[in-house]
Amino acid sequence: MQIIKTVTLDYRQYLTEKEILEIEHEVSIMETRESAGIEALKIVQHHRGWISDESLNAIAQLLAISSAQLEGVATFYNLIYRQPVGRYVIHICDSISCHLLGYQQVLQAIKTHLGIDYGQTTADGLFTLLSNVCLGGCDKAPVMMIGQQHYEHLTSEKAVAILNGLIQSKDGNLPGDILDKTDVGATIVEVKND
Amino acid sequence: MTNSASQSSMTHPLTHLVNLSQPLSLTEYIREGGYQGAKKALQELTPAEVLAIISDSSLKGRGGAGFPTGMKWSCVPMFEADDVNAPEHKYLVCNADEMEPGTFKDRMLMEGVPHQLVESMIISAYTIGADKAYIFLRGEYHLSAKRLQQAIDEAYSENWLGKNIQGTNYHLELYVHTSAGRYICGEETALINALEGKRATPRAKPPFPQVSGLFGKPTVVNNVETLCNIPHIIKNGAQWFKQLSPESDAGTKIYAVCGRVKTPGLWELPMGVTIRELLYQHAGGMADGLKLKGLLPGGASTDFLLPEHLDTPMDFDSISKAGSRLGTGGLIVLDDQNCPVAMVLNLIRFFAQESCGWCTPCRDGTPWAVEILTRIENGQGKQNDLDELANLCDFMWLGKTHCALAPGAVEPLKSALRYFQDDFQQHIDKGCCPYTGSHSQSGLASNVAQACGGHAHG
Repeated sequence: MQIIKTVTLDYRQYLTEKEILEIEHEVSIMETRESAGIEALKIVQHHRGWISDESLNAIAQLLAISSAQLEGVATFYNLIYRQPVGRYVIHICDSISCHLLGYQQVLQAIKTHLGIDYGQTTADGLFTLLSNVCLGGCDKAPVMMIGQQHYEHLTSEKAVAILNGLIQSKDGNLPGDILDKTDVGATIVEVKND
Repeated sequence: MTNSASQSSMTHPLTHLVNLSQPLSLTEYIREGGYQGAKKALQELTPAEVLAIISDSSLKGRGGAGFPTGMKWSCVPMFEADDVNAPEHKYLVCNADEMEPGTFKDRMLMEGVPHQLVESMIISAYTIGADKAYIFLRGEYHLSAKRLQQAIDEAYSENWLGKNIQGTNYHLELYVHTSAGRYICGEETALINALEGKRATPRAKPPFPQVSGLFGKPTVVNNVETLCNIPHIIKNGAQWFKQLSPESDAGTKIYAVCGRVKTPGLWELPMGVTIRELLYQHAGGMADGLKLKGLLPGGASTDFLLPEHLDTPMDFDSISKAGSRLGTGGLIVLDDQNCPVAMVLNLIRFFAQESCGWCTPCRDGTPWAVEILTRIENGQGKQNDLDELANLCDFMWLGKTHCALAPGAVEPLKSALRYFQDDFQQHIDKGCCPYTGSHSQSGLASNVAQACGGHAHG
């Protein structure tokens, strides 16, 4: 006979005060606690890199919804990671403009350089490789996003140089901390008028 | 971006203040004539009067469907202040979930002139009597999120948001909600579910969101570019807006061009500019050595058009008559050295991946089409695969699915089967992709291309 153990969890012992405060702020601008679910997942992921089962259960308890319901939400949205990811998550755009401009070679160069395929993380825990739908940089294709930074006009050489730059700059910070220091305005869409 | 002297608020209302390196602060935006539309609406006009002006302007939604904005707003129930039947809240939601492949115009508006969107939302929310508004922003647009939040904070500090805006008795709270991915969130009822913290599956209509939307309350969902037109129409009048375009569709449109052209980019032009002018005059024509083979006029979910359609004006009616849809106005150009089958495979794979899985035709039909297209592209296609694809187009068409995602996938597929029939046939007859393998999606492609002689057929 198999005995199913139930675990009683107290979200206050699991989530930090800062996480709880940030989630409660999101709750305060919505009509129901449930509706802050996606923002809550993003908040905890921002601090911890990904959403573990423990995180999921704690958030569900904080929002007074079932874990099963929140799991349905967490697994629906591709920017919520339900597995551990590397410090830098590479989202390479595989939509139509990047396809027409040959993103496949860039992708192959990244795969070869890091020795990983889609969905995998490098052994040193630095990089995870994922695809992404159109990143809205079609006039600068091929493009990719790492953290909050968008990189445009990619070539195989440029992509490898970007990865090497990140490898050299690793300094032990958590993903969120690194990203907050980065000026995300460094690369942007260019508008042309005549 | 560099704004030339010939551009003004009268000719390029949406983009003349765009500054992508450093958007205008509230003070600067006001100095350039900003918030005059909001001031006029809130202090001089009743909601019904604003609605009449917007209806009269013939503004149509810029998110893809082209529905008249005034008509959309007119379906929102209006109540007197003391009406006991009035709902506790009404909502305005800005659809900033720009994820249609080949579309990047809203990003420019949000990064380049965020106060324009805030002002737009104040006027629009006032018109429908909404007291709460959300900007539903896709998660990948980090810079937009940062700049919109800055603009909203400034607007609160100067009483353009919050209680008793500018001394009137109108109140509005405005929030940015960042999403966590999935194209289907751009469908307005799926967006509402996502905003409620649920899986983004579209809802059945009716009831329409204007009657029962976010949290069951009256809600209007409008695209970023649609909303950004509002302050200018209020400021300059419906007649001014109509005369911006030589065609029956009023106003300007932000057109985009991407693919292998000389200078891909974004341009605000009078609604109804021809495809030829957009592609050759503004985007500089095809990149060196390439010929135009076909194009999608308005994002991934529109039908292909051919070089013979180059003189078609890019407005809703004309593009419809040519057999496609204006969609988002994002032109995706197919050159003669990219394989049309591989292009369609990329598009349908996108729709298969982004299907929410709610209804069977879409959940099963889109991956089925991917399977067949992969087979054909890899040179293992069978003759009856083309009939199978045509059948799938029928199974996934409007009326057979829960929302417009699968029909959107059908549009490029069905039109490609018709226009590029020879290319499909060659893949099957030769047992390989006749184009050079370098841009094919399949790892097999380069070998196959060698077997095929590696030469391109135009």
